[in-house]
Amino acid sequence: MSRKKLTRRQFVAATAMSSAALITAPYVRGAYAAGKLSIGFWDHWVPGANDASTAMVKEWAEKEKVEVSIDYITSNNKKIELTVAAEAQAKSGHDILQMYTWWPHAYAEQFEPVNDVVEEAIKQNGEVNDTVKYLGKADGKWLAVPATPGSQIKGPCSRIDLMKKHAGIDVQELYPVGAPPKADSWNMDTFLKAAEACQKAGFPFGIGLGETTDSVDTAGAIFQSFGAELVNAKGDVTVKTDEVRQALEYYKKLIAFLPPDAPSWDDASNNKWLISGRGALIMNPPSAWAVAKRDAPQVAEQCWTHGFPSGPKGRYAPFLPYFWGLWNFSKNKASAKSLLAFLSQPSSIEKFVAASGGYDLPAYAKMTTLKTWAEVGPPKGTLYHYPNPYNHQTLSIAASPAPPKIAQQIYAQATLTKMALRFAQGEKLETALAWGEGECEGFMRT
Amino acid sequence: MADVVVEHGRVARTASAHKRTGLHNALKRKSTVAFFLTLPLILLIALFVLYPALFSIHLATLNKSMQKFVGFGNFTFLFKRETFWMVVKQSCIFAVTAVFFKALIGFIVAHFVHNIPAKGQRKWRGMLLVPWVIPPAMSTLAWLWLFDPSYSAFNYTLSFFGIGPINWLGDAAWARFSVILVNVWYGAPFFLIMYLAALKSVPDQLYEAAAIDGANWWQKIWYVTLPMMRNIIAITTLFSLIVTFANFDIVRILTSGGPLDQTQIFATYAFRVGIESNDIPLGASVSLFMVPILAVAAIFILRDVNKRGNES
Repeated sequence: MSRKKLTRRQFVAATAMSSAALITAPYVRGAYAAGKLSIGFWDHWVPGANDASTAMVKEWAEKEKVEVSIDYITSNNKKIELTVAAEAQAKSGHDILQMYTWWPHAYAEQFEPVNDVVEEAIKQNGEVNDTVKYLGKADGKWLAVPATPGSQIKGPCSRIDLMKKHAGIDVQELYPVGAPPKADSWNMDTFLKAAEACQKAGFPFGIGLGETTDSVDTAGAIFQSFGAELVNAKGDVTVKTDEVRQALEYYKKLIAFLPPDAPSWDDASNNKWLISGRGALIMNPPSAWAVAKRDAPQVAEQCWTHGFPSGPKGRYAPFLPYFWGLWNFSKNKASAKSLLAFLSQPSSIEKFVAASGGYDLPAYAKMTTLKTWAEVGPPKGTLYHYPNPYNHQTLSIAASPAPPKIAQQIYAQATLTKMALRFAQGEKLETALAWGEGECEGFMRT
Repeated sequence: MADVVVEHGRVARTASAHKRTGLHNALKRKSTVAFFLTLPLILLIALFVLYPALFSIHLATLNKSMQKFVGFGNFTFLFKRETFWMVVKQSCIFAVTAVFFKALIGFIVAHFVHNIPAKGQRKWRGMLLVPWVIPPAMSTLAWLWLFDPSYSAFNYTLSFFGIGPINWLGDAAWARFSVILVNVWYGAPFFLIMYLAALKSVPDQLYEAAAIDGANWWQKIWYVTLPMMRNIIAITTLFSLIVTFANFDIVRILTSGGPLDQTQIFATYAFRVGIESNDIPLGASVSLFMVPILAVAAIFILRDVNKRGNES
């Protein structure tokens, strides 16, 4: 076996020639000519949903000649909040970071305005709801782009059979597939009576009273349906009002029919409650139903996702939008905006919704009637009314319309559920109100 | 001229030789070698402990938006909050109760293990250390399933005896009991191993002398074992107190501070305020609140240990 040896002279000559060739070579657009882009996406719980995101980003990257890297960050144990806080402090990290609800406002000064992207997306997909504007926009500036993955409505998911049998309510009739809701009778009184009937039958509604988001979101929608605001849009504390009193009175009655351990529930508890077949209703996006489809098909077949009951001041449903934020320290803002525009196109949105089995909700008005929601099952049409296709309920977030930086504190510290629970556990109404007022005054810090 | 040059050269040579010898001697000194050997650790501690500690002090002096220096403003704000004082009270109950039971159980079990014949002792020591070597985040998840609001394995077992169901994590008193129980379960092996080491170092002659004087088992513990273990008890208690005051994972996983903040302790409340509510300076202030109190306790306990060391 012969082996050719490279002499020192040959090596120097080869190096010099290669260097000269590289320097004098004409510019050729390479595979990654448009630079690099680093993305932190929310780690979707639906198997395969991340793959769909990756495929879309890759498709865009190949066309735009951008080198992309994607990290999928779980929302478990507040990992997203920690990442946002760390990157904001370090002024370094991903170019695009996905986050939810309050975080665009929390770091408003550090986000690149994305009016051009959002306004174009609105032109294509229709107007966004007021909650998205409230959370994603400040002083006419869009702080982040509404993201389809992760955005969700936490409305009721009822057991068709149990509601019919014990409460005499046919939820499929109230919310028929392919037609507008006939839910005028679905109000807070009916809801309370149904909760009582199901509790007596041994299938209590699974509504948490803990300090995690599911509990807070339900409380938020119920308070809003009574017109109860702890802090108004101007930032004044409005705890001691008749509306708040009415909401608390209602909640006290409702709590009597909820599982006794509801104060310790977290965001997984209600899912388990439904899947185990112990409850007639929970307030959740279709994740519980999707897991039931796999683990308890006989339960999944009886699930129907629908609208919230209406209160004296309207019908509100908790909406939790996700956003894609673009840091102002990003080194490739142009490419980032191009990608965000691509991900906000109707075709991309449709792919997100399909990949998540209907879990992901676009924030745009024209995108609430995609075929996925009409087709998935069993039972067929179970998610038809999930995206609020007829706008028959106002999508809202707990603690709004308080200024977002105050509302975030009310939300994170679960002031609404705590007030309700204090009152239900025997504290005097005025004492619970005084406690709530004290808490809200503490949230006014700047 | 030449003389001068030679003279200069000699002076210079002597000086540099002296310098070399000095450096050489310094390098030969044990303390210098020890310093260089520990330097990587010192740098790591400076980077990962000292810097974050100083940075959190800096953060605690800023306003919510972190743009203005407010001095002790965050602390004065906290002192006016009802919830904060509840957290202080709960942290003290949590830490003191947990440390007391960890020490008590560790002490009792250490005696049992100490009295097991040497042959079988290793197995017992290994088994009893298991709770301490499992990462608490993982073992607490198993406890969470045992306490699960709706599907508690404990409640299932108790139901055979006609007891329950107990609202382990939904009732304030039971929730406090549960988080303390898990902390004791996790931390008692540390006390056990420390006390076992201390017990093994107590000379047998002391017990023999006490037996000759007619001491019963309690008197042997009171007059021989405890005095001989005083230093180790003081140090383990101090160490455990600091760690327990700073506990986060157990409470976070089991109750997240609920119900109604009644199991909230410093670390979980700091996280709730600092990260979840996005008030990082206030969160930093909550977590720093115990530093002066624990520092004073540490000074007193360590001074006492030192004094006894000098006496002996």
